[in-house]
Amino acid sequence: MMIKDMMPGFELYQPARIEEALDLLDRFGKDAWKLAGGNDSLAWFKDRVIRPKAVVDLTGISALKGIRETADGIEIGALTTLSEIENSSPIRERYRVLADAARKVASPQIRNSGTIGGNVAQDTRCWYYRYGLPCYRAGGNTCYADTPEAMNREHALFESDRCVAVTPSDTAPALVVLDAKMVVRSKRGERVVDAEDFFVGPAVDITRMTVLKPEDLLVAIRLPAAWAGAKFYFEKVADRESWDFALVNVASALVMSGGVVERARVACGGVQCTPRRLKVVEDLVAGKAVDDTLAKLAGQTVTRRARPLNYNHFKVPLMQNLVTRAVRDAA
Amino acid sequence: MAYKLIGKDFLPPDVVAKVTGEARYAEDFRAEGMLFCKLLRSPMPHGRVRNIDASEALAMDGVVAVLTADEVPSFPPPQNPILTNEPLYAGEPILAVAATSETLAADAIEKIKVDLEPLPFTVDPLDSLYPGGPNARLTGNVANVRLDLQTVKWDAAAFVEADRGKLPMGPPAEEWQFGDLDAGFAAAKVVIEENFVTAGLSHHSMEPRSCMAYWQNGKCFVHGSSQSQSYVVPGLANYIGIEPKDLVYIAEFCGGGFGSKGSAYPVMSIPAHLAKKTGRPVMMRITREEEYSLGLARPAFQGWVRMGFKADGRISAVDLYVVHDNGPNMGFWDFRNAGSAVSIVFQPEAMRWRGISVLTNTPPRGPQRGPGENQIAMAIEPLIDKAAHELGLDRVAIRRVNAPDNDAKYGAKQGPVTSAYLKEALDRGAERFNWEERKKLSRRRTGNKVIGIGVASAYHSAGFSGFDGLVRITPDGKLHVHSGVGNLGTYSYGATSRVAAEVLGYDWSNVVIVRGDSSKHLPWNIGQFGSNTSFTMSRTNYVAAMDAKQKLLEIGALEAGGAADDYDIQNEAVVRKSDRSTVMSFADAAARAAKLGGKFSGAEVPDNINPLTKAAVAGLAGSGLIGVAKDTLPKDGVTPALSVGYIQVELDLETGKFVIQDYVGVADCGTVVHPQSLANQIRGGAVMGFGLAVSERLVYDPKLGLPANVGLYQAKPPSYLDVPAEMAWDAVGKPDLANPLGIKGIGEPIQGCAAAALLCAISDALGGHYFNRTPVVTDMIVNAVAGRPQSYRPLQVNVQ
Repeated sequence: MMIKDMMPGFELYQPARIEEALDLLDRFGKDAWKLAGGNDSLAWFKDRVIRPKAVVDLTGISALKGIRETADGIEIGALTTLSEIENSSPIRERYRVLADAARKVASPQIRNSGTIGGNVAQDTRCWYYRYGLPCYRAGGNTCYADTPEAMNREHALFESDRCVAVTPSDTAPALVVLDAKMVVRSKRGERVVDAEDFFVGPAVDITRMTVLKPEDLLVAIRLPAAWAGAKFYFEKVADRESWDFALVNVASALVMSGGVVERARVACGGVQCTPRRLKVVEDLVAGKAVDDTLAKLAGQTVTRRARPLNYNHFKVPLMQNLVTRAVRDAA
Repeated sequence: MAYKLIGKDFLPPDVVAKVTGEARYAEDFRAEGMLFCKLLRSPMPHGRVRNIDASEALAMDGVVAVLTADEVPSFPPPQNPILTNEPLYAGEPILAVAATSETLAADAIEKIKVDLEPLPFTVDPLDSLYPGGPNARLTGNVANVRLDLQTVKWDAAAFVEADRGKLPMGPPAEEWQFGDLDAGFAAAKVVIEENFVTAGLSHHSMEPRSCMAYWQNGKCFVHGSSQSQSYVVPGLANYIGIEPKDLVYIAEFCGGGFGSKGSAYPVMSIPAHLAKKTGRPVMMRITREEEYSLGLARPAFQGWVRMGFKADGRISAVDLYVVHDNGPNMGFWDFRNAGSAVSIVFQPEAMRWRGISVLTNTPPRGPQRGPGENQIAMAIEPLIDKAAHELGLDRVAIRRVNAPDNDAKYGAKQGPVTSAYLKEALDRGAERFNWEERKKLSRRRTGNKVIGIGVASAYHSAGFSGFDGLVRITPDGKLHVHSGVGNLGTYSYGATSRVAAEVLGYDWSNVVIVRGDSSKHLPWNIGQFGSNTSFTMSRTNYVAAMDAKQKLLEIGALEAGGAADDYDIQNEAVVRKSDRSTVMSFADAAARAAKLGGKFSGAEVPDNINPLTKAAVAGLAGSGLIGVAKDTLPKDGVTPALSVGYIQVELDLETGKFVIQDYVGVADCGTVVHPQSLANQIRGGAVMGFGLAVSERLVYDPKLGLPANVGLYQAKPPSYLDVPAEMAWDAVGKPDLANPLGIKGIGEPIQGCAAAALLCAISDALGGHYFNRTPVVTDMIVNAVAGRPQSYRPLQVNVQ
């Protein structure tokens, strides 16, 4: 029967150190839930769809917070808020695409509590899944969003595999173009994963959006110097200018040399389950001077294997236009 | 006329509590031993309860009671039920549980086993009208207020062209016509014929419809969330199953209703029923998600219109057909209002209106700001632009030539109006917006950005008569204005109370507004809806104050001899007309009135006032001078609220996004009572209108019958970043002829004109591309620019 908007009880753990958090995650495994800003978590709890036994509140762990200079760039603690990132001088000066992306997330209030770790690890916003229907992603055996009459305007163009949900994150494409390194720790140790590989699609694991297993904790995100100070572009198209998820977003980084593109990275969100890195565009523009013709061509190349659903074919021209802008207007 | 208070800004007494957080809304109240209740709601769009097993829930420690549909009053279909054994939409309440904590009540809900038999359902009126199509209810598929529940299926032949977008038009449930339609179309130089869809959408009031109730000494006390005060009492008493005199209804503040809380609503009675059953106070906090199912919604339209325009733009004929998505129950009559609105805003020489109200398994519908008038403004106004383009006419000029004035005719019967200054509103707006210069920017392209300019009008009726006014002067000299209208949030309860102070020459600091609690002796007033308060309540307060004034003069004569005519009032005292010398202060006159008894003290009351007002006066009798009267002032015809919006947008052809660069709203609301509040209404109405035009809608999966938009982030009302920081406003300011102070309402059309103007501007930016569908969302613009087909099926509703 339907009962929503009322959180059931759970055990709350509030570790002060990373090691304590890892112990708890190890102990409770699948029954644990990692809580950061709470903007995704609390909605799941209130709708009684996700019912963890143990909630591990990470907000008391100061080692997970803050922006630090490193030998090769910058390291951002996973619990750093989106507001801090949006306003961070080093990020604005050298990695502006991430500050711009952070500034487009949700609303000022949500950015004050929402963290970068939460933004990249958040679950998809497919309304059928969020409604609590037993779809593939929820452990069932069907997809409600990919039927002849399903309302799937916000769903995927690419890489669908039983599930057609998309990545909701605005910072994820920015991290992919910055070639960010995701620092993941568990009781078994630490591993560093490229942002591009951090996100996983349904073909890899239909129940998760990232490589994070229940016992894993994203502790930091490192931005290498290689893309610092590039020409950047970020744009998000959503129905509203506040508290809305991207229909399509785009991020680009272009390193210029002598008037031509030396190397580039471009990625889109909102078009598949993971940020879609657009290697085809990166290869196309490398070694060339940017002009309107090249930018338009870049846009035209990106939707070749798109498989629109009933209500989302508008994402084809929209994605093309955004990629054109990401090449043409990068600054 | 120069007034002391009317037309001046003031601080409404409830503002401070609102901005400091001291205001207590329904869910802020607590009572000794209070239980919390939660609702068990249907997971499916249509079903029948075969069995309920609540034994496991009732065995839980702290779970006190379960309330089912069998234990509460039932009402003849298709009225909204309190609880139901035949849920007609996903999320409809089947039963309620009361427990010592809210979490426990929610946990108990999960332990209850309800055996539900799924039944056929529909989320599209046209699917239901198709031969053999599903009915939303077991007993029928067509109904409305004053339209009996019945089953209607149209001939399949009517649907032959539906897949190409032509509205099927089988026999309507209702129709009217005036003038010679054929002659009108024959006289037309341009005929526009289009099909259209306007989406349904939720009200999403910031305060959900929470409620707390308890019983004491045979009376039921209810803290509710409603726009209205006295008007709620009979309806809520009926839902509870008691006499109105046994209900104490407290509703001092309302966190938004937009029409959905204008009258009593059935879930409001659940805490009262549970409180009776358990003998303890019960609080029901409605959640945001629940608000999206049981919180009512605006009906959708599937429509067709044919309009004939003469060479000068004058509309010679209109033929309009509206298929109205009414939700599963009684709903509201938006489809009728659509016809009336077209008749007054465009004054067609001939017109036919046809409509049918079809039931769907979607949220129950109710009035939402400009119900019907605002949908039809969005459908018709862009087509006026299309006609202007084909005739080579200016877009303001074509509206002006059709606009109503004081000789305007209204509705099926072509009755009179009490005043109409839409031409003046168009002129004022054109001046403020600098239309002549701005229109040169129309369709101007810079890179991928293009400018669009829009103008549109809208209407709602704006006032009633026949309600009661009640004022009291106490021996301390204070004027108490007893207001039973309610507090929707527009502050018009305060502004209209100032009419009584104006009539009696009171200093505003000596006036107390008494309201918010039916035990405070409040008169019978209509609710705070329908843009009516300014007109209706200024009349009731006027007649009550005039009654008080007459009594003051008579007391003056009793005190100092002569006749009442020999006296006047001045500076809160009765004075001699001859030399303006003071006879007695109002304070002394009030003390004298209390002693005099009879009509002066309220011991005797006029026969023609409502029993509720009589009871209120009885409670006050002997405490001072009572002014009480029924509004029997003349009112011949409809009182129209009219408004105009002018807008400029800059649209990005690559993203489908646009920025609203400028907006000017102009009201024809008669005499302006409270400028600050009017400004807020015009701007707030515009913001809500932008949502109506471009982002908000109900979306249902047609195979599951489940809603996609059950949160604010999904339903997408505009945010402050979606609207201009500054919006200009103005008012014509010409007095209405049927109100003693020239006042009339304005709350609703100021949303519709903004919504329609925005749609006109978007179509203008797109070089005259008309979507004939609302809302015009981002993907529709992207597809239009790219020359791609739209995703939705023609005429489909509740769709993305």
